[in-house]
Amino acid sequence: MKILVCISKSPDTTSKIAFTEGNTKFDENGVQYIVNPYDEWYALVRAIELQETQGAHVSTITVGSAADEPIIRKALAIGANDAVRINADARDAYFVAAQIAEYAKSNGYDLVLTGKETIDYNGSQVGGMIAELMDAPFVSLATRLEVNGNTVSLDREITGGLEEVEAALPLVVSCAKGMAEQRIPNMRGIMAARTKPLNVVEPTSTDELTQFVSYELPPAKSACKMFGPDEMDQLVELLHTEAKVI
Amino acid sequence: MSVLVYVDSFSGKISKNQFEAVYYGSKIGSVTVVTAGNTSDDVLAQLGTHGASKVLRDNSITAFDAQQITRLIANAAAQVGTKTIVISHDITGKSVAPRLSARLKAGFASGATALPNGDQVRVNVFSGKAMALVSLKTETKIISVLPNSLKPEATGAACSVENFSGNAGNAGIVTKSVKKPEGAIPLPEAELVVSAGRGLKGPENWGIVEDLATALGAATACSRPVADIGWRPHHEHVGQTGVAIRPNLYIAAGISGAIQHLAGVNGSKTIVVINTDAEAPFFKAADYGIVGDAFEVLPKLTEAVKKFKAAH
Repeated sequence: MKILVCISKSPDTTSKIAFTEGNTKFDENGVQYIVNPYDEWYALVRAIELQETQGAHVSTITVGSAADEPIIRKALAIGANDAVRINADARDAYFVAAQIAEYAKSNGYDLVLTGKETIDYNGSQVGGMIAELMDAPFVSLATRLEVNGNTVSLDREITGGLEEVEAALPLVVSCAKGMAEQRIPNMRGIMAARTKPLNVVEPTSTDELTQFVSYELPPAKSACKMFGPDEMDQLVELLHTEAKVI
Repeated sequence: MSVLVYVDSFSGKISKNQFEAVYYGSKIGSVTVVTAGNTSDDVLAQLGTHGASKVLRDNSITAFDAQQITRLIANAAAQVGTKTIVISHDITGKSVAPRLSARLKAGFASGATALPNGDQVRVNVFSGKAMALVSLKTETKIISVLPNSLKPEATGAACSVENFSGNAGNAGIVTKSVKKPEGAIPLPEAELVVSAGRGLKGPENWGIVEDLATALGAATACSRPVADIGWRPHHEHVGQTGVAIRPNLYIAAGISGAIQHLAGVNGSKTIVVINTDAEAPFFKAADYGIVGDAFEVLPKLTEAVKKFKAAH
């Protein structure tokens, strides 16, 4: 079985969010990039578990510039067999999905895993788009994944609960909490990652469908109004008259 | 202009966020709704009150499969001749809308928080820490609407419901079983939410959280550590790795307000924080705060809510 895990970079969770060039560009000044947590903790680690238990071959794929190679090496240190980088800036979700779908189809991958979303654009778009471009089923927000021959058994989130589903390979899955536990790469993994193959592939020509035009920060919150434990009647009154929520 | 809205109705009912999507569409143009499943005419006709002029129902699809729903919407859009497609940004929308975007090569804005302005749509980015305008550069456009972003008004009358054959093909996914607690208010749909964290000290103390939730008619939620150690079910976990919610009122007791928790609740309209530590970071994101012990404050707040409800 060949598994392709989509790895995106994202700013560290604690990064200060600011914009430059007249609020048209994310200010990368001082920003530390990490592997998008959902891609790493859930999608990649579950793939590594299937490598360990079923001998799956795990590749990671990233659409990005050479500046993204440190996060790709981290994914290799966690245990992927090899990595591919599509040598292009991620222009929009469709551009990224088209590159990944093309690579997955022409290299015979059975299972494509993504995180449930990235923590920067939060679009939840790429996984579904890859599935459509591969004409494969798509299980979103999966919290469990077991492979038995050609059949995959999964749990997926539905509103207010979980649903157990089955699908055949090839399949695209977006992974959510519960799928696997985070792993910290060990020294042996980090050393091995230095010499694992990281193939650079030129992008296929794809039109962009969308463009981010401008950004803004939410208005600052006004100061928190404080109450003592014996002033709950006053609080409830304000929730009614001022906040108008009850 | 004609707009196609996909409405998820497999449960036999129409949830609030589906009405919101129809209302959103009606502010752009004349809405045709497409839906799958066996929901009754009477229920579907109610979509007219929020701006639908017609409902097309394909009853050959009986369970949720993103591939089938994508084909259904694409075929309905071609038949109606619409270039604008709207869907709720709920679990179904997150699965279907990207597929549809790739199928139709149509620009897609996910999680719209306001009506479009020309070809530009406002969305949240960086886990709610910023907003952005995204331009849809194609003639066909897809917008998913973030739940609880606009207040739908019921203005129209019931509309007609027609059977429709969407040529949706076969399902690629087989549903084996559904695990869903009965009766509880699903978190993403709840307008009022009472949430608690490690400050509650143990699962046996959740009674005071549930009492307040019951008095308000609210859903209950929890922080990540509480779900991780098994005090509460995982589907109640709100935050970056759990569910992101944006209720009208979010009451948090015994939660310090780590940045990962805030990422899941910072879209809430009003936040009330109860914490023994006056320096807890959550107070900076709160509208109303109480420095005090949840074991003392929650029952008092519950009493105050009951008194208020009795008087109004």
